[in-house]
Amino acid sequence: MSAAFRPANQDSALVRWLLVGAAVLVAVVMLVLPLAAVLAEALRRGLGVALAAIAEPDTMAAIRLTLLVAVLTVPLNLVGGVAAAWCIAKHDFPGKRLLVTLIELPFAVSPVIAGMVFVLMFGAQGWFGPWLQARDIQVVFALPGLVLATLFVTFPFVARTVLPLMQEQGRAEEEAAATLGASGVQTFLRVTLPNVKWGLLAGVLLCNARAMGEFGAVSVVSGHIRGETNTMPLHVEILYNEYQFAGAFAVAALLAVLGLVTLAAKTLLERLAGRSTGARA
Amino acid sequence: MSATTLSLGRPSPIAAIPGFRLTLGITLAWLGGVVLIPLAALALRPWELGLGGVLAVLADARVLAALQLSFGAAAMAALLDLPLGLLLAWVIVRLRFPGRSALDAALDLPFALPTAVAGIALTALTAPNGWLGAPLEAMFGWKIAFTQAGIVFALMFTGLPFIVRTVEPVLRDMARDAEEAAATLGASRMQTLGRVVLPALLPALLTGFSLAFARSVGEYGSVIFIAGNLPMLTEIAPLLIVVKLEQFDYAGAAVVGMAMLLLSFALLFGINQVQQLLRRGRA
Repeated sequence: MSAAFRPANQDSALVRWLLVGAAVLVAVVMLVLPLAAVLAEALRRGLGVALAAIAEPDTMAAIRLTLLVAVLTVPLNLVGGVAAAWCIAKHDFPGKRLLVTLIELPFAVSPVIAGMVFVLMFGAQGWFGPWLQARDIQVVFALPGLVLATLFVTFPFVARTVLPLMQEQGRAEEEAAATLGASGVQTFLRVTLPNVKWGLLAGVLLCNARAMGEFGAVSVVSGHIRGETNTMPLHVEILYNEYQFAGAFAVAALLAVLGLVTLAAKTLLERLAGRSTGARA
Repeated sequence: MSATTLSLGRPSPIAAIPGFRLTLGITLAWLGGVVLIPLAALALRPWELGLGGVLAVLADARVLAALQLSFGAAAMAALLDLPLGLLLAWVIVRLRFPGRSALDAALDLPFALPTAVAGIALTALTAPNGWLGAPLEAMFGWKIAFTQAGIVFALMFTGLPFIVRTVEPVLRDMARDAEEAAATLGASRMQTLGRVVLPALLPALLTGFSLAFARSVGEYGSVIFIAGNLPMLTEIAPLLIVVKLEQFDYAGAAVVGMAMLLLSFALLFGINQVQQLLRRGRA
């Protein structure tokens, strides 16, 4: 197309290529290079060394703990998130906007603060610390603390992904089901769920990725006991601070792969759902 | 909202969707137990020190330096991200080129990478022997890792997608005819961009700025590896909270946390007010 017939709101080819070049440069320097650096550092001494670092007992313990925390938190947030989305999208009640704001609140709170609130309650000098200590119950520096802190930071993911989908869907189908005598559970499983299933799956994946990758919140409540209360991201920090770079970057690469797989799956699910889920980490 | 009621007014009680009490109950229990009661601890614990004690913690030079650094670096990073985010959003929405969808996918990387991974990645990259750190130091004498510049760089990384993904849908939905009209009326391309396109994007840019800023103020994992963590110099407020907790100074840690939350809510509220003024001005 010659320049004379170029639409008025389109720039010349030179400007367009300059813009694309600048954008690609920004993306490479700020986004691609960091990822490449992790993978390159992990594989610097070869795949064998990286795999051996991952097979270390402390690292395997960290992987098991991370999976356990995710298995405990994700289902709880799935139930809570779906319940919240259902009650907000399908019903009217006073204080609804406040409830939506409160559900998103954990996104506005620093992960360190999310961990700290549980230390303030259950730590040695916490409100319930002495009571728990007298009964020999460990919350902070143990699994319950890790689960609570992870619940806090992953709290909004499912609700936030499913709510806009349920709102878009409207209420006509559920009202019809209710009029025809369907119970709440039947209505949810047969009418609502099929409409939001891909979005729900995307929300669960995002929730899981954050649960496995969370650092700040669990760092505060973990106590960093190797082989016991160390999740994978915390193990990266310990190895890194001990100058065991091969191990640190190998575990980090594993977490990066988890993130990439989640990202790819989310993109695929959004395509399946035919629209954006509106969920952002 | 509910287009379903048509002219019938409110649906009759018989047709009401069931499950309201149960789901509201679950939601409130879940929200209260996991989020609200714990945050109440944050709101109440500082006052164990009394008002004087709280003020003394806030007046401590190390606390002030940490708060100033966290808020300053977050604002700086979000500001620097604005032109970069606008450029990236513009390119993926307006231009067609090979590799566009790969670029689009790469923009979500900061959302996808766990913060600790981002932290050691950015540190490896900008360290004196890193792929970026070595040439920058050799050519310009710039040091990034273990300085305040490193903190801003890490926060730019985590904040960038917030701006791109906020501007992108607005840009996509923006009608092109205003631009065409401006061009037809003799405006140069720069005039059109400055007077037609940018003003229309301003609310989205502000929203993106506040999202990136809010995230950056509390950011921990991606920052502590690159920061150097020297008190008064490169110690961010979340790290100071961790230090205070390790010293069993729970009330002091709670004061810093509460100050962070109140300050960032106040700033976000302010930005929100500016935005409403902008909207009203346009309407």
